Amino acid sequence: MSVNTLKETNKLLASFVPPASFTDEEQEPLNTSVQLHRHNIADEISERTFQDVSLCYQCGKCSSGCPVRYYMDIAPNKVVRLIQLGFYEEALKSSTPWLCAGCQTCSARCPKEFDLAKFMDAVREIAIEKGIEVKEKNILKFHKAFLDQIKSHGRSYEAGLVAEYKMKTLDLLQDVDSAPGMYLKGKLAILPHNIKDRKGVKSIFKKTSGK
Amino acid sequence: MNLLKEVFMKYGYFPGCSQTGSAKEYDISLRKVIEKLGVSFDEIEDWSCCGATSAHVTNHKLSTALAMRNIMLAEQQGMENIIAPCAACYNRLIMSQFEIANHSGIRKETEELLSASFQKDVKVFNVLELFLNIGIDKIIENRKRELNDLKVACYYGCLLVRPSGLTKFDDAEQPESMEKIAEATGAKTIDWNYKVECCGAAHSIARRDIVVDLSKKILDDAKYHGANVMIVACPMCHTNLDMRQRVMKRTYPEHEDFPVLYITELIGLALGMDEKELGIDLHFIDFNYKDLVPENSGVG
Amino acid sequence: MKIGVFICHCGENISSTVDCPRVAKICESYPGVEYSVDYKYMCSDPGQNLIREAIQLYKLDAIVIGSCSPHMHERTFRNAAFSAGINPFMVEIANLREHCSWVHDDIESSTLKAIELVRMAIEKVKRDKPLSKINVPVTKRVLVIGGGIAGIQAALDVANAGYEVVLVEKEPSIGGHMSQLSETFPTLDCSQCILTPRMVEVHQHPKIKLLTYSEVVKVEGFIGNFKVTIKKKARHINEDLCSGCGMCISKCPIKKKAYNSFEEDLAFRSAVYIPFSQAIPNIPVIDETVCTYFQTGKCGMCLKVCDRGAINFDQKDTVMVADIGAIIVATGYKLYDIERKSADLKYKGYGEYGYGKYRDVIDGLQFERIASASGPTSGEMKRPSDGKEPKKIVFIQCVGSRDDSKGISYCSKICCMYTAKQAMLYRHKVHDGEAYVFYMDIRAGGKMYEEFVRRAIEEDKVKYIRGRVSRIYEENGKYIVKGEDTIAGMPVEIDADMVVLATAMIPQDNAPALARTIGIPYDKYGFFNESHPKLKPVESTTAGVFLAGACQSPKDIPESVAMASAAACKTIILLSSDTLEREPVVAKVNEDLCAGCFYCQKVCPFGAVEVKDVKDINGIVYKEVAFINQGVCQGCGTCTATCLSKSIELSGFNNEEIFAEIAAL
Repeated sequence: MSVNTLKETNKLLASFVPPASFTDEEQEPLNTSVQLHRHNIADEISERTFQDVSLCYQCGKCSSGCPVRYYMDIAPNKVVRLIQLGFYEEALKSSTPWLCAGCQTCSARCPKEFDLAKFMDAVREIAIEKGIEVKEKNILKFHKAFLDQIKSHGRSYEAGLVAEYKMKTLDLLQDVDSAPGMYLKGKLAILPHNIKDRKGVKSIFKKTSGK
Repeated sequence: MNLLKEVFMKYGYFPGCSQTGSAKEYDISLRKVIEKLGVSFDEIEDWSCCGATSAHVTNHKLSTALAMRNIMLAEQQGMENIIAPCAACYNRLIMSQFEIANHSGIRKETEELLSASFQKDVKVFNVLELFLNIGIDKIIENRKRELNDLKVACYYGCLLVRPSGLTKFDDAEQPESMEKIAEATGAKTIDWNYKVECCGAAHSIARRDIVVDLSKKILDDAKYHGANVMIVACPMCHTNLDMRQRVMKRTYPEHEDFPVLYITELIGLALGMDEKELGIDLHFIDFNYKDLVPENSGVG
Repeated sequence: MKIGVFICHCGENISSTVDCPRVAKICESYPGVEYSVDYKYMCSDPGQNLIREAIQLYKLDAIVIGSCSPHMHERTFRNAAFSAGINPFMVEIANLREHCSWVHDDIESSTLKAIELVRMAIEKVKRDKPLSKINVPVTKRVLVIGGGIAGIQAALDVANAGYEVVLVEKEPSIGGHMSQLSETFPTLDCSQCILTPRMVEVHQHPKIKLLTYSEVVKVEGFIGNFKVTIKKKARHINEDLCSGCGMCISKCPIKKKAYNSFEEDLAFRSAVYIPFSQAIPNIPVIDETVCTYFQTGKCGMCLKVCDRGAINFDQKDTVMVADIGAIIVATGYKLYDIERKSADLKYKGYGEYGYGKYRDVIDGLQFERIASASGPTSGEMKRPSDGKEPKKIVFIQCVGSRDDSKGISYCSKICCMYTAKQAMLYRHKVHDGEAYVFYMDIRAGGKMYEEFVRRAIEEDKVKYIRGRVSRIYEENGKYIVKGEDTIAGMPVEIDADMVVLATAMIPQDNAPALARTIGIPYDKYGFFNESHPKLKPVESTTAGVFLAGACQSPKDIPESVAMASAAACKTIILLSSDTLEREPVVAKVNEDLCAGCFYCQKVCPFGAVEVKDVKDINGIVYKEVAFINQGVCQGCGTCTATCLSKSIELSGFNNEEIFAEIAAL
């Protein structure tokens, strides 16, 4: 990492606007150093996950046992390290948080009882809030397509999910082999299972989307 | 003791989305098996998706609220113990309950989102806990045939035993409860290495290459250690390990089909039901118990 | 009575929040106060002179010092008073530092509080009576618990100074863990070669009474005058008759029923056995749990072959009581067990490393036995499962140590060094073998230690990988070690033939129980607590009980030996005088008032209360009263508080004195 990156990180920090719930009521004028401190992503992650990021002592056991480690651009422990040091941009732009499968192997074995899976959730959440360009675009598109189904039907609707995902990614050929098979076996419903209280679910989405 | 049994004879039921589609046979076999064992389910009325991986990896508040909506319904419908057969749903539900119980901020926020307050302690059980509650003896008592030609690899996957602080029913690293249940059907179980490794189900659609690699390793290790069938207790795992074997052959042409059953299907077979009844014919990889039985051993 | 008041500034420690001149000034006019003064450092030589001169000049009868805690300088000021001719117990200290200036920041209110504190001390000192120190005799015999290298060193040092030593070891032989080691870092000299001469010396020393296969079951009394009960377990061998010929062992038909614990369960032993060939004493033990005679009443082969008639199946445990002046505790450590234990046990074990189900995943002590020429493989590198020579070996450090999730947050300190040594030994024995070490940090502080680790890396080509291993599993007779090199940022997988885990050093299982028996405190892990982490590292908080070796915290051999010699030295200082001076703060019974209920006897934690007959002029006993043995009494005051008839008083802290203090507030 070059010295330049640190500067860029500071630029990024300066642009960081915490989500509504984390903004203080009173907006007193701040000098830059205080601003940096107040908008510290490490502290923010600590707050969101109820665990201090400085707990991690970089033993690397999480990376050792991670089933998707080989597909990541940087090791999971390095993502924590970057956040600890304040190199947020590199951490938020890495593919690692997106490839994390949420299997909690790291959390289960961490000698410091640091819940890395939860940490990764918070990193992704912040990356989305900040509109960081996501390296694993298709994964994010999948999650969005999945949540869209729940938002409109209350339950997952596999046919709708696949259709929306394909529209979003324009990857029309994937899964053409399994979809007809699923359909023939009666596993792929043509129509969604709508729940009654779709309104209620929709309102949860609306209230939690922060907009 | 009788009282305890009575309590555990009736459960609330949170099927989860997969049970209505890609994991239909899990739902079918679960319902049939528990009926035989004298247990009944009340499905939570108007349940919704638990939010699954997609919610918790992108929006924490949303994921807690979606999961707790179902707990709220269960509570309102007077359920004390509920069964979540999907390991991912189970994990989301207990994790959300834990957060609600331990962080008053999240509790307040979620209660506001759902315009409800959580009063009672709704206990969420997975399928392994369900069978341990019912009792292994009960399976043995009702057994119509011994599946002693099966060498079973019990696959727990990642979320059934984690986080270890919350899933206290078994050990997180070297669990044994599924083996105990499988052995009650007369089947042999094997000792193998990938019991609690993740199959990568979260990336099933977006990064199929990863899922194929991970699933292949799991299936190969089971085969290597002498299994002729694998059992799972999670629809995500099953979709990955069963359906994805077709795609697997494109990357790994040497791959040979390996049957993957739901634990409920295995128990169903032992209780005398046939493959069709249990929905095993809905799998992508064929399985027929008779095919495994040596010709001249008479099996009833 | 003329009282002097001396207010210390303690540099700025007190004076920064207490107006010391004002305190001194106000006290001047207090009834009874003849002289009052403040000074920058009352504990300094000029400060003490000030006190002495004032005592003589103003003919003071008692003094009050407003200063730091009496823990720091009570002795200093008492000595100063004594040298100026007044009784040292006519000195009271008002704690103006810990109780006032350090805990407050407002000058006005802390000054007022300081005045109150001094006034209380003045009221007390007015009622103080001159006391004289109590002298108690000292038993010139030392108990050493534990016969490892620390216990051996301590016993030899004390005995060589001319005092008697009773050395108690729970195993059948002394030697401890050091006798199991192959070679020692950083010199690679043979552990047994340097240890066994010491063991023999202990055995032959005329001043050392060696009690092996024995345990301390009860400790009573106090510094200089302990009464220790020791249980000697039955060996079922008459020690006086046995010649150690080993005939019984070679003929014993039970060969594979019990694991050999000296060989760390890598071998079996017979039912009658000597732990290892250099054992001291060289006398066997019969293990009742596997011996056919004890299980079925038949066999008795050993009885038949022993031509000295030393076998005694009827031998029972014996109990003895010893008078002891001082105790050195040197009970050592054990290694963290990676096996799965029941849920209520403190340590969880390592599921990710297989809970001990893989036979070739061993711990450091097992490796020591494999590498040791006297071990089960005669020093040849052979793995336990199939006896093959491992061509690829992985060492993993910090297994259990520095792991909050397993309940051990501390660093075990010695693993970095012994892992480097073991990897080196492996490379010396298997020239075409590969050795890998997974580590988190290398902690090699010590003389020639860092150089030693570098030697392993540079000369012996041991590959060090920085990262913690997540999992080990067996595949095809190989052990797949899944790790990450956090320096390169690359995942690493090694298919090893054998894996050695540097498991944490933890206290012996019975450490907390023993601590309660002796009456010494221990920490949350079970290590015994020293009295002061810097200035009293070998003293326990109980007077007359000293600590040596790894029972206090993880230590290597040189540190254990140094600590043992230090503890021995402290013990020798204690025994060098014939009597011990004790504070006269002891309880006294007013025999006229005592009703003889003896509640005091029930509550006394030190057993100091005795029954005394009171006779009339004709010599006829007309009542029994409590009597307090001043040598045993520790002045805790429990009896005083319990006494229904208010007939017990604590010298130096009697009711009148305390009430006056309170009333002054």
